[in-house]
Amino acid sequence: MELSASTVAPNPKRTSRWKKRVLRNRYIYLMILPGLLYFALFKYLPMWGLLISFQEYVPTKGVMNSPWVGFRQFHRLFSDPDFWNLFRNTLALFFLNIVFYTPMPIVLALMLNEVGRTAFKRIVQTIVYIPHFLSWVIVVSITFVMLTLDGGIVNDMLQYFGFHEINFLLDSAYARPIYVIQAIWREAGWGTIVYLAAISAIDPGLYEAARMDGAGRLRQIWHITLPAIRSVVIVLLILRIGSVIDHSFEHVYLVINSMNRQVMDIFDTYVYTAGVQQGQYSYTTAVGFFKSFIGLLLVMLSNWLARKFGEEGVY
Amino acid sequence: MVQDKTLGSRLFDIINYTLLTIVSLIVFLPFLHVVMGSFATAEEIARKPFILIPEHFSLNAYRYILSTNAIFRALGVSVGITVVGTFISMFVTSMMAYGLTRRDLDGRKTINFLVVFTMLFSGGLIPSFLVVMNLGMIDTYWSMIIPTAVSAFNLVIMRSFFANLPEGIEESARIDGCSDFGTFFKIVLPLSTAVLATISLFYAVQYWNSYQNAILYVNDANKWPLQVLLRQVVLVASGFSADTTHDFVQPPEQTVKMAVIVVATVPILLVYPFLQKYFAKGALVGSVKG
Repeated sequence: MELSASTVAPNPKRTSRWKKRVLRNRYIYLMILPGLLYFALFKYLPMWGLLISFQEYVPTKGVMNSPWVGFRQFHRLFSDPDFWNLFRNTLALFFLNIVFYTPMPIVLALMLNEVGRTAFKRIVQTIVYIPHFLSWVIVVSITFVMLTLDGGIVNDMLQYFGFHEINFLLDSAYARPIYVIQAIWREAGWGTIVYLAAISAIDPGLYEAARMDGAGRLRQIWHITLPAIRSVVIVLLILRIGSVIDHSFEHVYLVINSMNRQVMDIFDTYVYTAGVQQGQYSYTTAVGFFKSFIGLLLVMLSNWLARKFGEEGVY
Repeated sequence: MVQDKTLGSRLFDIINYTLLTIVSLIVFLPFLHVVMGSFATAEEIARKPFILIPEHFSLNAYRYILSTNAIFRALGVSVGITVVGTFISMFVTSMMAYGLTRRDLDGRKTINFLVVFTMLFSGGLIPSFLVVMNLGMIDTYWSMIIPTAVSAFNLVIMRSFFANLPEGIEESARIDGCSDFGTFFKIVLPLSTAVLATISLFYAVQYWNSYQNAILYVNDANKWPLQVLLRQVVLVASGFSADTTHDFVQPPEQTVKMAVIVVATVPILLVYPFLQKYFAKGALVGSVKG
């Protein structure tokens, strides 16, 4: 249809048809407009703003008139001794989060699925979904009042049973484990939802056949349930890789203090302190650019790997 | 399920139920501890391991935090941002999502791609900060709403929901002389209450819980939402220094910290049953999968 129109009709006519179509949809464009403006202003304008990482940005001069300095900011970044520490921390927190979190909702969903009593299942689900709706500030605050040395329950208990008190909040050795446990505590329950949906779509006949062959419940889980949700696991893993890299600031910034900064400071938190608080806009934009690039790379790499192993991937 | 349960199967059940009970307790007990602690006296918390039931119930912590203006102001800011923000977000997101389901729309594919791309790559903190600054939104309530008004993820969920509505309905509305806006507001939206409720609640929770925008864009302590105040009181331990009526800056007591945590948590727990109704219905599961 399209093709024959373009071969037969001369160009001006096609343009007018296109105009007609746009005109007919003018109210639809009007509906999309506010959203488009949002994406242009708050998503794409900042991408254009990445240009200032090649400048010595002066707020009063703006992006157009600030002096260009080429790759100087990136040179500074890669030769900065702090850089490797930030890089290490970002990757360490990222991998700890992915490695320890990922199995939790899967195991929890498998366990929930094996519960025969609907009432019990519903109660457990109701409880474990709750933390997802609490802010990081609340989660970290609860941790704080429980672990603090003055009156926190954990140290009171340690003392009560004759152990030494442990300064969990200031001892940097505990910072990363606490971060990971908080991530699991808040998200693992909610994470089961999609797995449970995937499990409920499995053909019950498969289980029956397995039972006939004498498979116990663990065997059924291993040979039927797990393979059936494999592709969901992979899709969620890829999505999580993207979101951990992108959205760690709120959580990590709350856990950081002067004593554990050495092991907890990541690119995002560094950008906030050095950029927003100290005004080194160009340099920290370069830092952020580098981080976004690493994030994109990780997502594309994992997607490529998924496809390589015969899975669908995300895109 | 099976009538004749083997020994192994029964053992499996015992272990499974026990583990799930433990998991539930791990999630639930910290809460209960904080709620109960907020009703204990400061002396009791300082004196001995406090677990669940305080010997003396006391409302001192609440009396203290409610005597400051800071908490009311922060609550007001949070409620305002959540209500106004959710409304704006839903308005913009739903219209855009609907528009993008129209197949005859020129540029639809490009726009879809541009939306999804923002989930993979972003300009980052500083360029976004500079945009907000150049728009003159620093220290305004708008800075806590507009920069995160549309979530690409929510937009995609809504778009796939609208796309799955039966096409015939829209068509007949158009034949009956309904305009695009009329079709959207009178036909499409009323058919989509499940997804509208789910996404509204996502947005509401997002606004209520967010503190990132506030610490990025708002320096004026009088405009801080509850989450930032909570962070100040519990983690920075600066007391209610935001409050100009109390100029003592003494680290707040443990019970006071707990009481502030409770105040920030309760509103979420109040809407939780409504949230649950929707994901119990499967509306959410379907939309997350889509």
